Amino acid sequence: MSGATSAAELGLCSCHVCNLVSSPGQGTGQAHCPRCGAPLHFRKPGSVARCWALLISAYILYIPANTLTIMETGSLLKYRKDTIVSGVVELWRTGSWGIAIVVFIASVTIPLLKLISLTLLLVSVQRRSGWRPRQRTRLYRLVELVGRWSMLDIYVVALLAALVQLGNMATVKAGPAALAFGAVVVLTMLASMQFDPRLIWDPIQKES
Amino acid sequence: MEHHSAKLIACHDCDLLQREIPLKKGCTASCRRCGAVLYRNATDSIDRTLAFTLAAAVLFVIANLFPIFAIEIQETGSEINLFGAVKSLWDKQMHSVSLLVFLTTILIPALELITMTYLLLPLKFRSVPAGSHLLLGMLKIVKPWGMIEVLMLGVLVSLVKLTSSFKVIPGIALWSFAALTLLLAAAAATFSARDVWERMDSRSDREVAA
Repeated sequence: MSGATSAAELGLCSCHVCNLVSSPGQGTGQAHCPRCGAPLHFRKPGSVARCWALLISAYILYIPANTLTIMETGSLLKYRKDTIVSGVVELWRTGSWGIAIVVFIASVTIPLLKLISLTLLLVSVQRRSGWRPRQRTRLYRLVELVGRWSMLDIYVVALLAALVQLGNMATVKAGPAALAFGAVVVLTMLASMQFDPRLIWDPIQKES
Repeated sequence: MEHHSAKLIACHDCDLLQREIPLKKGCTASCRRCGAVLYRNATDSIDRTLAFTLAAAVLFVIANLFPIFAIEIQETGSEINLFGAVKSLWDKQMHSVSLLVFLTTILIPALELITMTYLLLPLKFRSVPAGSHLLLGMLKIVKPWGMIEVLMLGVLVSLVKLTSSFKVIPGIALWSFAALTLLLAAAAATFSARDVWERMDSRSDREVAA
């Protein structure tokens, strides 16, 4: 791309709070934004390492989140323990197809999409790849956009467990997977916030 | 050092340095390299956001005071509001999950509404509230963690799950949450941090001139 100059190449830095472009100067020590006083960084500091750390923790917790019970439902007639996936299957089986699809997207597709996408982005940035930067930036924006919707299952469990607790008649209890799954959502959100999409474009800048 | 009036803008997604251009009302400027939205010319951004925020604040209070829904089993009923759900999780030793629900659906949305009102109300009358730089920074950090719209979907999913085994009576908070979701989306769509910074800049420039 001709005539494409990044701010960093000219020694300019865009404030992450107020977006003002300013020159941090050559002096030692931390530079601050002249308008809002926030610390200035050319790129998010330690972005790749922090993102990996959070992402790996999320991968580890993803296992208990899917293998343990997220919700126990009991009544006089039946008692069942559900994992995230078996909960979706049960919804599908009982004919709530619309809701089954919504829950499947929020609790299965989105967490997997986030884990895989962030891994792909991190590996490509570390290899200084020049492969489809525009698409990779779009992928990052998608991850940022949809990440929050995975919290859906946590809220459903919280509401049901609080409402249905009528002694022996019927009970709903939150299982240990709720904690693990909540942690996965929070960790992947933190990981995607730590990732700096400008790193995707830096190797391309060098070539031109 | 570049002066504010140089009007350079660096894309937050790819760091491409570009010059700002004036926009027609309601138009959006996007990065010519990666397509990220750089800024908007939001019409009456401050007035409209303030109106949506105040309306949302009223609904937020209602949504938290009244039950979301109730179920009926053999003449005994059970109803729930949002804080009740948080407290019930806490009592069942699910402290972290309870805290997570409390933060994302009560504390952070409340904090956001209060901060927005505190910032925008004085700005409407052309004065800059104390600590506004810090608060705008904080707003940017907490924003992704307010999840009322996800909670709304969670309420709907719970509703469908419950109707298969119980008689469910929707409560006032259910409708309030639905309206709140729309108002928060409207407030987020009209809010433009860039306009707020510009309003504050022009204000301080005039103070220097006086």
